[in-house]
Amino acid sequence: MNENEVLRIEGLRKAFGGTVVLDGINQVVGKNEVVCLIGASGSGKSTLLRCVNLLERIDAGEIYLDGQRITDPGVNHDLVRRHIGIVFQSYNLFPHMTVARNVTLGPVKGLRLPRAEAAAEAEALLGRFGLLDKRDDYPDRLSGGQQQRVAIVRALAMKPRLLLLDEVTSALDPELVAEVLDVIRELASGGMTMVIATHEMGFAREIADRVCFLADGRIVEEAPPAQLFSSPSDERTRRFLRRIVEAGRL
Amino acid sequence: MALSTTSTIVVIAALVLLFLLAPGSANVRHTFFNPTDMWRSFVGNPKQGYYSVGTAIWLNIRMFVAAEVLILILALVIAVVRMSTGPVMLPLRIVATIYIDVARGVPLILLVYMLGYGLPALDLKAISTQSAAVYGVTALVLSYSAYVSEVYRAGINSVHRSQVAAARSLGLSEWNALRYVILPQAIRNIIPPLLNDFISLQKDTALVSVLGSIEANRAAEIYSSSVFNYSSFVVAAILFLILTIPLARFTDRLIARDRARRLAGASQ
Repeated sequence: MNENEVLRIEGLRKAFGGTVVLDGINQVVGKNEVVCLIGASGSGKSTLLRCVNLLERIDAGEIYLDGQRITDPGVNHDLVRRHIGIVFQSYNLFPHMTVARNVTLGPVKGLRLPRAEAAAEAEALLGRFGLLDKRDDYPDRLSGGQQQRVAIVRALAMKPRLLLLDEVTSALDPELVAEVLDVIRELASGGMTMVIATHEMGFAREIADRVCFLADGRIVEEAPPAQLFSSPSDERTRRFLRRIVEAGRL
Repeated sequence: MALSTTSTIVVIAALVLLFLLAPGSANVRHTFFNPTDMWRSFVGNPKQGYYSVGTAIWLNIRMFVAAEVLILILALVIAVVRMSTGPVMLPLRIVATIYIDVARGVPLILLVYMLGYGLPALDLKAISTQSAAVYGVTALVLSYSAYVSEVYRAGINSVHRSQVAAARSLGLSEWNALRYVILPQAIRNIIPPLLNDFISLQKDTALVSVLGSIEANRAAEIYSSSVFNYSSFVVAAILFLILTIPLARFTDRLIARDRARRLAGASQ
């Protein structure tokens, strides 16, 4: 294993019933690297992220986190998940808890951090992302953009080695997208290792070290964004990007 | 005067008039709503051979409270067992499913009889020497836990799967996810149906009277058969209403308060 490697996926296969969603995914993500997954809806981007976080049982293949085989049946999933943060498209904040409690639940119940320590860390994180005044609010009082930023803070509070972002701006009104993308930019500049499934091609082009195009359950093409967006080599990538351009999204 | 008030008064007045004008009205008022008999049965008079309905209701309250606490715990355990996914839990899942089918399918009064007469007949040391009220509460707990576990199950299912994913993604164990994320939301969703079951439970404590426990219904029955006046049953009915109506209002308030708090954002 390369000592810079954070995530390694080998021959990952996942089917729902008879439908094969992921059919032999291979991928290595290095430390501080930002990898964007693009592809049509249903191409398996979200499923791939959920498999990495062990939220889905995989049918074949192996996943390694920092060299440890997390697909080993003897591995404690809860321990693995404490090192991998995931942010969902629909935020999934806990509606019965205040913002502060949302953020401290994982550290207190998962990492067993003393409550005061977790609260102090949560305040620091909320402050860093301009959410400190929302600390005592319930999620349904927040805008979509604020909720998604809280969801990101909630994942960061676990101090993950790897952060997975699953179309985190897709459920947002257009005017709220920017504030969430700003947060991700800041994380990238801070060296956070991220795998980002996204439909924001402009953003992927700007932030990614590498872009993977998924189709038919495989990574059809991967390259640095400049190369993939300007001179894609695979016909499916070209067709996909053409459609994106026609829709005015690039 | 508001239209609603007027129409309410008109309807009530019509019903009262109908009752008063019925041919047997005087008769019914004498045998069911006789203030003297109502008072006598309420305070009781052991020397005359009848018990106080007002005191006897305490046994109902005690049975209800004991049963409710046990039901809330047992039903939750059953619901969680039934919803567990691990292969190790399969035998327990089967037991839970059979239990729910049986306990819901047998009429409560039969359960009361079976436990009330069956357990003493077993001649077991601790089990067979309890009072009728204990057997009655056991029957109530067994019957109601089956219903309430299904209410819990519906409540847990009403919380979106994505909440489980969010909780598990933070490294919470299955139990912690259930305890801190799923159950608090589930229970909020099921307060009205739970309350419904508990109002029903309060009334069904009267069924324990068939085992001879002197609870309100039994005391009223004894009064009526010694004096040949049914006003004691009306007293018992009023006492049950006094118990159930505040419970209903209290829960309405809980729901309203929770809603207001969440809508207002609010301080801790």
